[in-house]
Parts: sequence; C-alpha cells; structure tokens
Amino acid sequence: MLHPYPHETDETGPAVQLRSVTCGYDGRPVLFDIDLTVMAGDFVGLVGPSGSGKTTLLRTILGAVDVYGGQVIVNGREIKRGAAHAGYVPQLETIDWNFPVTVEHVVRMGRASHGWTPWISRRMRDEAYAVMERLGIANLAQRHVRALSGGQQQRAFLGRALFSSPRLLLLDEPTAGVDIKTRDDVLHLLDELNHEGVTVVMTTHEINAVAAHLPWVVCVNGRIIAEGPPSDVYTPDILKRTYGAEMTVIQHEGMTLVAETPHSIGRASARHKAKAG
Amino acid sequence: MFEPFQYDFFIRGLIAATVASGLCGFIGVYVVLRKMSYIGHGLSHAVFGGAVVSFVMDFNFYIGSTVWGFGSALLIILMTRVRKFIAADAAIGIITTSSFALGVALISHYHKFTRNFDAALFGNILGVDNTDLAAIIAVTAVTLGLVVLLYRRLLFTTFDPEVAPFFGVDTNWMDAIFALILASAIVVSLRVLGATLIAATLVIPPITARLLTDHFGRMMGLSVLIGALSGFFGIYISYYVDIASGASIVLLSAGLFTAALVYSSLRQRLTSMRRIAPTPSAAQTQHALFD
Repeated sequence: MLHPYPHETDETGPAVQLRSVTCGYDGRPVLFDIDLTVMAGDFVGLVGPSGSGKTTLLRTILGAVDVYGGQVIVNGREIKRGAAHAGYVPQLETIDWNFPVTVEHVVRMGRASHGWTPWISRRMRDEAYAVMERLGIANLAQRHVRALSGGQQQRAFLGRALFSSPRLLLLDEPTAGVDIKTRDDVLHLLDELNHEGVTVVMTTHEINAVAAHLPWVVCVNGRIIAEGPPSDVYTPDILKRTYGAEMTVIQHEGMTLVAETPHSIGRASARHKAKAG
Repeated sequence: MFEPFQYDFFIRGLIAATVASGLCGFIGVYVVLRKMSYIGHGLSHAVFGGAVVSFVMDFNFYIGSTVWGFGSALLIILMTRVRKFIAADAAIGIITTSSFALGVALISHYHKFTRNFDAALFGNILGVDNTDLAAIIAVTAVTLGLVVLLYRRLLFTTFDPEVAPFFGVDTNWMDAIFALILASAIVVSLRVLGATLIAATLVIPPITARLLTDHFGRMMGLSVLIGALSGFFGIYISYYVDIASGASIVLLSAGLFTAALVYSSLRQRLTSMRRIAPTPSAAQTQHALFD
C-alpha cells in the first residue's frame, strides 16, 4: 500500500464534498445521489466499468458538469457550473498531438492565467524547469509533445498540472496505455506528491495493478456502490454490483487481488474434449 | 522595376495588401489550429451579408459588417461548444450561408443598388482609399495588442479548450475576443482580397508555416511573413501580369505552400533514413530517456 494513513481527517477538513449530487450532461443524469467526501491529503482511486461515470465524477468536482441536485463543495467553496481551480490531468487520448507545442509550452500552460505578457518571468521559468526536472523531462523541454513516449507525455501533462501548484490534483486514467515501469513511476510520483500534502483523486480501469495499491477506493457505477480500503471493498458482492460480472477475490502476501471467474470462450474442440474425458 | 511606385493608388494598395495578408496570416494560425479553416470562407460571405444590410440601413460599412461578422463568429463558436454533435464545419455552413442568403435576398429586393458589390466579392486594389488603409492598420494594431496581452490564454484555449477553464482561463472571453478579431480582420481585408479569396489568406500561410516548424511562436512568425510576402509580391506581380490582385496573392501563397510541402517531405524522408541507421549518440539519448 502506498499511503500509510488512508482517509485520515486532519485540521484542514474535507477537500471535496459531494452531498446528494445528481449530475450529467444536456439534461440527462449520469450520476445519481452521490455522497462522497475526500479529505485533504487523501489519495483516492475511482474504479468502475466503462461508462460508469468515473470521468463525470471528476468533472463534477471541477464544476464542468450540470448538477441537477445536491451540493458540490471544493476546498470549502460551493462549486456552481463553471470552473473550479484544481490541477487536472485529462485522458491523453483527448489531446491534439499535431498541435505545435513543446513540452515546455505545455508545462507553462499551468499558469496561463498569470500575468499579461507572452513570456513568463524568470522566477516562473525556473519553477517550470524545477517541475520538469522533478518529472525527469527537463531534457525534453524543447521536444514536440508528439515525439515523446506515452509515459513522457503523461509526465508533461502532469507537469502542467503541478506547475499550477494545486492542493487538489485530479487525474483521468493517468496510467492508461503505459508500460509497467512507467505505471510504477507515475504511481510513486503521485504518492510522493500526496505525502507532500497534495490531495489526489484519480480514475483507473486497472483494479489490480493500480487501485489495489491505493489507500482508498471508490466503486462507481452510476452511483457510489462502495468506498473504503481495497481490502474492504474488493469483495465478490461489491465487485459484481460495480462491474456486473462474477469476480474472484484472492488474498496474496497481504494484497487483495481480483480475478475474473474463469469461463470458457468458444467451442471446445474434439481433441480437448477427448483429453478432458 | 520601380515604375508602379509612381502611382499613389499602387502604393496604397501595396501597403494594404501586405498588412492585410500579414494580419490574415497572423489570425489564421488560430483559425487553422482550432480546425476551423472553413470559417474564413464562411465569415467572409457572412460579412458580405452584413455589408448589404449596412448599406440598406444607411449604416457605416465597417461598423455594421464587423458587428454582423462578430455575431456570426460567436454563434458558430457557441453552437459547436454547446451542441457538441454539431461539428464546426456544419455550424459554419448553416450560419454563414444564411447570412449570405440574407444579403442576396436584400439585393434582389432593393433593385436601387448603385454600389458595386463585385469589389466586395473579388477584391479591387484600385478601390482602396485612405480610410480603408487606416482601418487595416488600426485593426492590425489592435489585434497585435490583444494577442500580445492574451497570448498564453489564447494558446491554451486553442490547444485544450475543455481543460483551460480549470486553470483559470476564461475560455468564453477568449472565444468572444477571437471572434471579434477575426470578424474585424475579414471586414478590413474585404476590399483588397475579396470575400471569395479571403479564406485562402487565412489558411494557406499558417498551414505552410506548420509544415516548416513544430513551434507555436515560430509558426506564428512564419505565417505572418508568408502572408505579408504573398501580399506584397502578389500585388507587384498583378501590376505587370494584369490579373486580379486577390487571385495573384492567393496563387503566390499557394506556390509557397507547394515549395514548403516538397521541402518538408524531403526532410521527413531524410530523417527516417537516418533513423534506420541509428548513431551511437541517438541510442544513448534514447537510453537516457528511459532511465
């Protein structure tokens, strides 16, 4: 487990509070009656099948979704339709990779609303480089973003979020499509940030490789099905209600792992049947 | 060689075409990167509708057409943002052709028109007077000022309009200002370039620049340069070859685009050939990246 003290309350109070929130797009609710509290300093993973509303939940916290009922409170302030200021890392598939921007351009966008000159101050430039150094992409600063590996691209956009100095960091599938080593690096980086006091909320499809390592997991499928440490919420019943599929839960070396219940696909050949017989 | 410079109309036309083409190249970078290349074509027609309405209502051409074009551009942007299933090209098609149709309807209804609208459609360098020149220079100066002030906000809004608001960028304001700049640029360029050819000056220079660089700032500089050069030499050539000034400017920039396309294709081929035989330094760099 990455975080030693999951979901602990400290004197700063909740970073995010959703009270009986029903929200969606164009008059169509996607999430119903959501009650969720993310304490300052939490590291939370949102899991659920495709279309379950994980990204919508993130966007609700950002104030980018129509709220039909309930209250969204971020850092003690009620969020109406409009933008909440938070570090946000979108899914990489939404990026226009042909846009003529370098890694440094992307990172600097984190403070696009600071100042009225095309350039940034020397101090801000140094800070941008410090962020890139920390993420291991300073040597790629002048590279076009398309010319990077998946992990480096992820870091560039994480750099943009970090350059805005957020206390709340929201990430949409930050480990999607990257190799095991990069996934591990990204998770450890997020863990470091979390230990420095940054509240982290991320969505993930990877219930074993990612969510099982997080201190707090929220199972979403139109509603909040369950939340808690993986060892508590990874039960066959909760997983079936979340994913609509039978799953087997295994305890291995102190970790809770989820496996799909085996089922045969396709017609068994005569040879296999003979062997089985 | 310097013969045409003895005529005032030529000097006025040359300055107007150079500045207007440079301005279109400048704004065109945002147009192309927003994937709204067709907006130049559409808005120039919408502005034509606005010009006719201004004339019918006996209103100042520049103010009336700019307000009309600004409204049309805002409607297009709003339609694509609010109703995401309406693509930009469809929104442009609906709004600008409707506006153009309104202009045509008014022309056919009021037969008393004496003003020649051919110039608005195809451009007429002989028709550029001091007022037109002053309008072009004023709009260019205001556009430059606004883009300098809003450079980083506009860049973020163009690159990632969905995410920019989460970083404190008011994308609604950026869209409104962009629409105003675009409409103004089209209105002041109309007399020189004409509604039918203006789209090319908004699209060809930035696309040519994009072929030559991966850097946003450099793309902007190159696009202005290509636009301004096309404007200057387009007018100059049109004097000797005796062709319409708008056509000459567009053909010249199309020539520059072709040259850039050939150059970038050759460069790409050379780069991929080098990649096939990696040098030790390239291998080391790659190793360092993944360490």
